[in-house]
This record gives sequence, structure tokens and C-alpha cells, in this order.
Amino acid sequence: MKRKVLCLALMSTALVTSAYAQEATLTIESWRNDDLALWQDKIIPAFEAEHPGIKVVFSPSAPAEYNAVLNSKLEAGSAGDLITCRPFDASLALYEGGHLTDLSDLEAMGNFSDVAKSAWQTDDGSASFCVPMASVIHGFIYNKDAFNELGIEVPTTEAEFFAALDKIKEDGTYIPMAMGTNDQWEAATMGYNNIGPNYWKGEEGRLALIKGEQKLTDPQWVAPYATLAKWGPYLGDGYEAQTYPDSQNLFTLGRAAIYPAGSWEISGFNTQADFEMGAFKPPVQNAGDTCYISDHTDIGIGLNAASENQEAARTFLAWVASPEFASIFGNALPGFFPLSSTPVELEDPLAKEIVGWRDECESTIRSTYQILSRGTPNLENETWGASVAAIKGAESPEALGQKLQDGLASWYAPHQ
Amino acid sequence: MQTRRIRWHIAVFLAPAVLVYTAVMIFPLFNTLRLALFTEVDQSRIYVGLQNFRTLFFDPIWSEQFWNALGNNFWFFLVHMLVQNPIGVALAAILSHPRLRFAALYRSAIFIPTILSFVIVGFAWKLILSPLWGIAPSMLDAIGLKSLFAPWLGKEEYALTTLALVSVWQFVGIPMMLIYAALLSIPEEILEAGEIDGITGASAFWKIKLPLILPSIGIISILTFVGNFNAFDLIYVSQGALAGPDFSTDILGTFMYRTFFGFQLQLGDPHMGSAIAGAMFAIILVGVCIYLFGIQTRMRRYQL
Repeated sequence: MKRKVLCLALMSTALVTSAYAQEATLTIESWRNDDLALWQDKIIPAFEAEHPGIKVVFSPSAPAEYNAVLNSKLEAGSAGDLITCRPFDASLALYEGGHLTDLSDLEAMGNFSDVAKSAWQTDDGSASFCVPMASVIHGFIYNKDAFNELGIEVPTTEAEFFAALDKIKEDGTYIPMAMGTNDQWEAATMGYNNIGPNYWKGEEGRLALIKGEQKLTDPQWVAPYATLAKWGPYLGDGYEAQTYPDSQNLFTLGRAAIYPAGSWEISGFNTQADFEMGAFKPPVQNAGDTCYISDHTDIGIGLNAASENQEAARTFLAWVASPEFASIFGNALPGFFPLSSTPVELEDPLAKEIVGWRDECESTIRSTYQILSRGTPNLENETWGASVAAIKGAESPEALGQKLQDGLASWYAPHQ
Repeated sequence: MQTRRIRWHIAVFLAPAVLVYTAVMIFPLFNTLRLALFTEVDQSRIYVGLQNFRTLFFDPIWSEQFWNALGNNFWFFLVHMLVQNPIGVALAAILSHPRLRFAALYRSAIFIPTILSFVIVGFAWKLILSPLWGIAPSMLDAIGLKSLFAPWLGKEEYALTTLALVSVWQFVGIPMMLIYAALLSIPEEILEAGEIDGITGASAFWKIKLPLILPSIGIISILTFVGNFNAFDLIYVSQGALAGPDFSTDILGTFMYRTFFGFQLQLGDPHMGSAIAGAMFAIILVGVCIYLFGIQTRMRRYQL
């Protein structure tokens, strides 16, 4: 009874205030609880200053619980107006379940490239249901002091890359490359999908693989394994049992010269490392080849179909798609790069260097993320194992390609 | 003839335990077995009979993983039987020696790892064995055996044995305590009678004590069997759900977890996961039955 009265009181206050101020309050569901301060102090005030009629509340939950919490809130009808979208199948399921609105007609969607939008589209690309927010780029971060000390130029081709590794190894002061195979995912994410796009020509190969026109046994898909097989000797002693935090520490302590990286490392490395860092993109085979980078879409934001504030929410989403948001977001979180086609001026030198590759190279996303990891065996998980096996030299690149192809063909119709 | 009164109080006293046990153990067990008979097609659950088990045992992709996990599980169990239990018995025999000093101290020290969390044990051993920061390589170096060191947890051929030995380290206290208790319960008179007949020292252990503690060893074996085939935590903590390197440490528990709850981009499949859980249940049931009917009933018992 008491609760009912309280509810009524609250509701009437809400009614009165909203009637009075004509305000809409938008609630954002997110798993990025690390970014709470950034939203409250920078992003939301900037938006509210421009749109006085709309209030925004950022309400994150713990990353590991996000999907489950969000699903139950959506079922119960108590989810916020705006939904932060995980890439690919998780969000696609929400759209197919009628929880996300089709945003293809949102004018600001024109600010994004097709690759940027691909993580939040139906398989045929006819509907886009989340505004892309940020991506992470793969490449190599290196210790500038170490390179200067040993007189090594930043490598651009594969031959130069391995020459540099040889030189570091010969000198012996530094471990040439900090990566381990214990946790497996680094080998696939920072190994195979980092250097791979240069072989399968980015989007061209990725889409052909999805259509079934290329196979994982084709040379462009097998060759990256052959290259990974050459990495083994340059990784530190006992790399087989080296974990991901081990590798991060090895590099930031200045004991390793090169770190196969994802750009999300930038802010952590900036605080940990006391030497100057630089970055180079995945080396190409021959000088002058077109370069391809993995510019992997990671975060988007969509509109809850059940939201009562559709208009206000669309205004907010249009603003998220604007260069202004991109510049606030990109600078506050160096390493999470805004996806809009308009270039953003970043202040962090390392982030700036990495994002600059977008102008020189073709962007693509990780080959296994869209559609291809829906079945059993799971191609992404298999790729982890295959990349580790390649680095250890446990199996030949051809055998690995064959194994992955057989696994994919066992459930994916275009490959049968 | 007098009709027997129904003894209601038995039912009343049993009810709380039966209800709680049914709700948290028996119902979930049978519901899991039931879940294994279904599959999901287009977001609706349909009955498929034993199809999931057929997939698990005969589909090349699934069966390869299943037999690999089962084989690893048997190796894990074998290491425990061959290392943990004999060491446990030996420690108990030494501890029960009347002239050993500081017995209580050793007993506690050996038992303490058992009460530690898997997470602590997993991380501590991972650090000890780390090729980068671990003390294992430097200790071996100090005695000039650095060449014997290998990144054990990262090598397919050693990882499972290493983890099994870590688990042995953690749990060796349990057989030790059980055997210790059994040894203490052997009456002095029997040993003295043996002594008069000239059976002393080691032969007293082999000829008198060991036959008397055999039933305890049987119980320990079956506890080890059940514990090992339900194992999951240590592998998950130290090697992750993919049980690397290359599934060489994958046991039924991690295989079931990965399938049931999904991993990374792989979505969870509760039905196949239940099928694996069902297979685990069957394996443990068969193992326990073999022990109960095949071994325990034939074991000779002595009245003390």
C-alpha cells in the first residue's frame, strides 16, 4: 500500500514536471561501466548544452552480465531508450527479436562507411540497427628507444620486418616480440587477423569467403599461417606458457621491442611504459603493395523499439553520428577510434599515428566475426587453436587450412 | 496379527532433507537429463530423442572432442591414483609413527592446500611455473638443472600431467587424513601380537596394517574417481575454457562448460551441454557401480 502511494506520488510529480518542462529523459544501457565518468562529465553535458529539452542518463551494467541483464530488461519492457550494441550476432538477435529499431533511414548513417556499418546490419545489408561508435585497429606497437639504440628503421615490408626481428634477436638486449600462446586468442586476434588482411586483400577476401567463393585452403588464407610459423623463434623463452598480461608487462617493462597490438592497449601502455612508443602497420609483402588493416568494429548504439521517446532518441543518435561526438569520444578513450568517415583530430600521438593508417590503407574487420562463427565447430575458436599451432610449428599451414575448411563446410551451406 | 501402525514421524523427520535435496539436486539432475533429449530449431524447443547423444558419440567433430576429453579425464584420474593415493598412504604411515616429532605440524601443513580455493592454487602454480617471472626456473638454475625446465603449462605433452600433479599437491591431504584415521584405529594388541610372532617394522605395515586399511583405500579411490570426473575448476582457472594448448587439458567438465554456456563467439547450446552432462553422469554411475558391486562386496573385512 505504502509503495503504491509512493508510486502514485512519484508518477504525479513526473507528470507535472514533464508537463511543465516538456522534457524527455533518455536512458542509455551499456556494458562500458569504465566509461561512466567520461559520459557524465564530457559527453552528456556537451549534448545537453545543444539540446536543452532532452536529458540523458548513462546507466551501465557489468560487462559480463550485460547481455543477460539487457535481455531480461527488454523482455520485461524496462530497458532504457538507447541500447549499446555488441557487434554482430548478439545485436542481430535483438533486432530480429523486434527489440531494436531499423535506423537505415537516419540521415546521419551516411557518415559511416559500409565496413563500419557491417557489424550492425542484417546479413543482406538491407537494414542497419545501430549507429557505429568505435572500432579498434590492429598493428604493432614498438619501443622507440630500443629501435634507436639498435639502429633499426621501422619496417614496412615483411622482409624488413623479419630483418628487424633478426637484428633484435642477434643483439640480445631485448626479446624481439612480446606475445605468448597460453591464452590462445592473441595468436588469432593479434597474429592471424592482424597480418592476414594484407594477404586476403581485406574486405574483398572476407566477403568472398562468406559467399563461398574463396576457401580457407586458398593460398591467401593459408599464407598468414606460414608467416606466423616464422614468429615462433622471435617470441621470448617459454612463450608457450606466456599469458596475455605477461606479454603486456614484458613490453611495458621495456624488455621486449615489438608488441603485436590492438589499439585498446594505448591508454594502458601510456600509463605503464616510461619509454617512447611508436606504431607500425602490418607489413606488406612487397614495397608499394596496397596495405589492409583490421579496423574492427566494436561498439555501436541503437534505439529500443519500445522506447516512448523515439524522436528525442533519434536526435541523440544523430548527434552520436556527428563529428563532434567523434572528437570527444576519440580523445577521451585513445585507442577506441570513432567510426565516422569525417577524420577526427586526436591528441594522443600514438592513437593519432594508428588512426592515420585509415587514410593510407583499406579497412576491414576480423574475418571470422560476421556469420562464419555461427555454427559448430566455431570458426573463431578454431582459428585461435590453428594460429597457436602455426606459431608452435605443430602443424603445417596447409593442414591447418584444410582442418578449418572442413569444419566450416560441415555446417555452412555456401561452402558445401 | 497386529496391523503395523504407519510411523508418520519418520516421514515428518525425513521431509525437510528430502525436499531440499530434491529441489536442489534430484530435480535439476533429471531435468538436465530431460534437456538432453531436446534441441532448439528456430527458437522453439523440439524433442529429438537420443539424437544429441548420437551426435556426441558418432559425429566426427563432436566425438573427437568427447573422446579426447574422456581420455584426458582418465589420465587425470590415473595420475591421482598412482601419485596422490600412494603418497597419501605413505604420509599417513609416517605420521602415525609414534616417535615422529612435530607430527601435528606436518599434518596441518600438508592438509592446508586442500582448504585453499582452486583460484588461488591455479594462479599460484601458474606464477611458480611461469617461464618469465616464476621461481621454478630460477630454483632449477640454482642447482644447475636449468636445462630441465620447460614451459610445462604451455606444452601439449606436459600440460595435463602438470595440472594433475598440481591437483595432487592440493588434495594429497585428504587420503592422508582418512588413512591416518584408519591407522590410528588399529588396536595396539594386534600389532603387539604380530611383534611377538616376529613381524616388525615394514613387514608389520605390509602384512598387518595395509590389509586393515584396504576398505579406506577403496573409499578414497572412489572419492578420487568421482572428484576427478567432475573436475573443472583447476583447468578452467589455469588454462581457460578452451583448455589449451590445443585442447590437451580438456576434460569432460571444461568440454561441458564450453558447450553449455558458449565461449567467445560460440553461442551456448544447453541441449548438447546437457547431453555431455548426461554422459558424465553415466560414466560416474558405471564407475561407482563397478566399485560397489564388483569390488566392495568382495573385499575381506576384519573385525577389530
